[in-house]
Amino acid sequence: MVYRGAFFFVGSGNGGSTRFDMSKYLEIWNYRELFYFLAWRDVKIRFKQTGLGVAWVVIQPLFTMIIFTFLFGRVAKLPSDGTPHPLFYFCGLLPWIYFSTTLTLAGNSLVSNSNLLTKVYFPRLILPASAVLGGALDFAIGSILLLGFIAYYRIPWIWSMLLWPVLLIHLMLLTFGIGMIFAALNVKYRDIKYALPFAVQLWLFVTPVIYPASMIPNRYRPLIACNPMTGIIEAFRYSVSPSKGLDWQLLGVSLLTTLLVLIVGVGYFGKTEKAFADIV
Amino acid sequence: MGRSIVVDGLSKQYRIGALLHETMLREKLVNLFTLKSLRQRHRYETVWALRDVSFKVDDGEVLGIIGRNGAGKSTLLKILSRITYPTAGKIKVNGRVASLLEVGTGFHDELTGRENVFLNGSILGMTRKEVSSKLDAIVEFAGVEKFMDTPIKRYSSGMRLRLGFAVAAHLDPDILIIDEVLAVGDAGFQRKCLGVMSDLQKGGRTVLFVSHNMAAVENLCSRAIWIDNGLIRADGGTREVIESYMATFAGAQQAVTDFSEIESRRGTGEIRYTGLGILSAVGQPIQVVRSGDPMTLRLHYHATRPIPRPSFGFRLFTELGTLVTETSTWHNGIEIPLVNQGEGSIDIEIISLPLLPARYYLSLWLTGTGNIIYDGLEHCARLDVEVSDMYQSGRGIDGRYGIVFFPQRWNLEGLLPHEDSGFACPSSAGPQWPSKS
Repeated sequence: MVYRGAFFFVGSGNGGSTRFDMSKYLEIWNYRELFYFLAWRDVKIRFKQTGLGVAWVVIQPLFTMIIFTFLFGRVAKLPSDGTPHPLFYFCGLLPWIYFSTTLTLAGNSLVSNSNLLTKVYFPRLILPASAVLGGALDFAIGSILLLGFIAYYRIPWIWSMLLWPVLLIHLMLLTFGIGMIFAALNVKYRDIKYALPFAVQLWLFVTPVIYPASMIPNRYRPLIACNPMTGIIEAFRYSVSPSKGLDWQLLGVSLLTTLLVLIVGVGYFGKTEKAFADIV
Repeated sequence: MGRSIVVDGLSKQYRIGALLHETMLREKLVNLFTLKSLRQRHRYETVWALRDVSFKVDDGEVLGIIGRNGAGKSTLLKILSRITYPTAGKIKVNGRVASLLEVGTGFHDELTGRENVFLNGSILGMTRKEVSSKLDAIVEFAGVEKFMDTPIKRYSSGMRLRLGFAVAAHLDPDILIIDEVLAVGDAGFQRKCLGVMSDLQKGGRTVLFVSHNMAAVENLCSRAIWIDNGLIRADGGTREVIESYMATFAGAQQAVTDFSEIESRRGTGEIRYTGLGILSAVGQPIQVVRSGDPMTLRLHYHATRPIPRPSFGFRLFTELGTLVTETSTWHNGIEIPLVNQGEGSIDIEIISLPLLPARYYLSLWLTGTGNIIYDGLEHCARLDVEVSDMYQSGRGIDGRYGIVFFPQRWNLEGLLPHEDSGFACPSSAGPQWPSKS
């Protein structure tokens, strides 16, 4: 472990300082290579350890989409805002699968890298951040598949598809914010590890993945708008079938929530990170 | 000359309550509803790992840090490495710091040797460019050229260690903080490590070195700090600090040493050593042990419950901390099915003590199946071996001639003697030992 330059600090070990220290966040820039390397390591290991490797990235959304199309589209006959059912579900599943897997990875990133935390110094934020970055590759591969669907359904190329990268960044920031909070909690409270998958599972049902947001009665709209995933998924669906119009309200609320989550996340993480190595 | 490190009034407090059991959110929630938290909040037991530690290190100085297990050495290194934070006090560090608390941090089994070099290098703070430019040197140093594209799960533990150290050796820091890395690995590897460290020293780098190997500390360091129970007990010339440290380990050698008062011990304590007896061949306690004498070590223990399949063992160290030997019931392939509750003892019979005259220290351990450590006592007894005439040459062979001696026979049948000489007489024609004094 190497850190550069002089450093100086006054102990405040167990309490954690309340003063906002900008140099701490500027320092992350010096560690950007480690950030890429850790993301690269996670991706590499995931592909090496699984027999099907890269194929999993495609199989997971594809098979879920097929089952959803059959069960919710054909059998339960849920509406899909006029989009073909497979495309409708795939557009919801792509962001959702990124969110659920990456949030779990980021939430466990500190505990599963405890050997690094106790042996090496680096800005701790890098661990959840690299999990968030590593998942983006899956999203990119999934997007290529989505392009295939768009071609199959002969949907003309439209400018709204340029929204994808913007929405991905929004999605990454959101996952990073929530992931940070769970990662920090996970170090202190070991039952978070069991609570997290359960929370993600419930979250799926309050997010319009299986059903369109338009199905929700108007009086509940403020409630589903509070879920930042709603705005992202609806915007994603809009990007392939722009006829229904972008719901700016949902997306705007989602952006604000994301910002709030990020601020709370960075604050809570910064407050607790000094004790990580002692209790992890 | 500048100061590399200034440590002023450093203290670190740990909460043991928090370490003993993992906190569950569930408990917090239950406490919230039952209003228990108000009463429980201040119930944590605390322990000071470091108390008011101050010292300065000059540029280019090589400082050894010694002390028993749990004395606070590792906590100090972790604070200097920025891994953990002090409760009170100030630290000032100037320069690029490399801290090596472990070799091969972050190595992953599935990745190849090359991939791990880049990953480990980046974890240790090297840029990708730096690693690329030093890759050939790293590979050569580690001696694993042929296996660079093999996943390291196929590596032997020695190869992993060499690869890890090779990366660390090419860090090129201003200040190197190094913890007990030399405790592992074979003799050749240890020599290599020491070589790297003395190169750093010659290059004017500052080195902080924690080790139990007193010989290595003495060899490398110009100055030493002895930390005991979180406090600095001594700070000064390496030789003097080591000597005063070693002198505290055990009182004068006794025929029977009592361990019941010793508190600094490891293990679960279900079975503990209570004493050590040094006995003669006929089972009488003896005060004086001499080279080549028969001797029995009697280990007394107390078990609080029946203990299945325990292993009794000990380590023998020289005064400077070099391990002479470690042996145990396990080494000897002896399986003890069960030890009953209560007091008991086990004897180690040594037919002829193969140690040259010097002062030695014993550490005792007691383990069970599945890596359980029941008891561990470091340097708990002293063994002063006196001169004897074990070669029966009347020459008084003492500690100048090494640590051990082998029972041996010199066969002179192949010699071409001068016709007249009566070389068969052992008292007049023994081998001429080169004298060192």
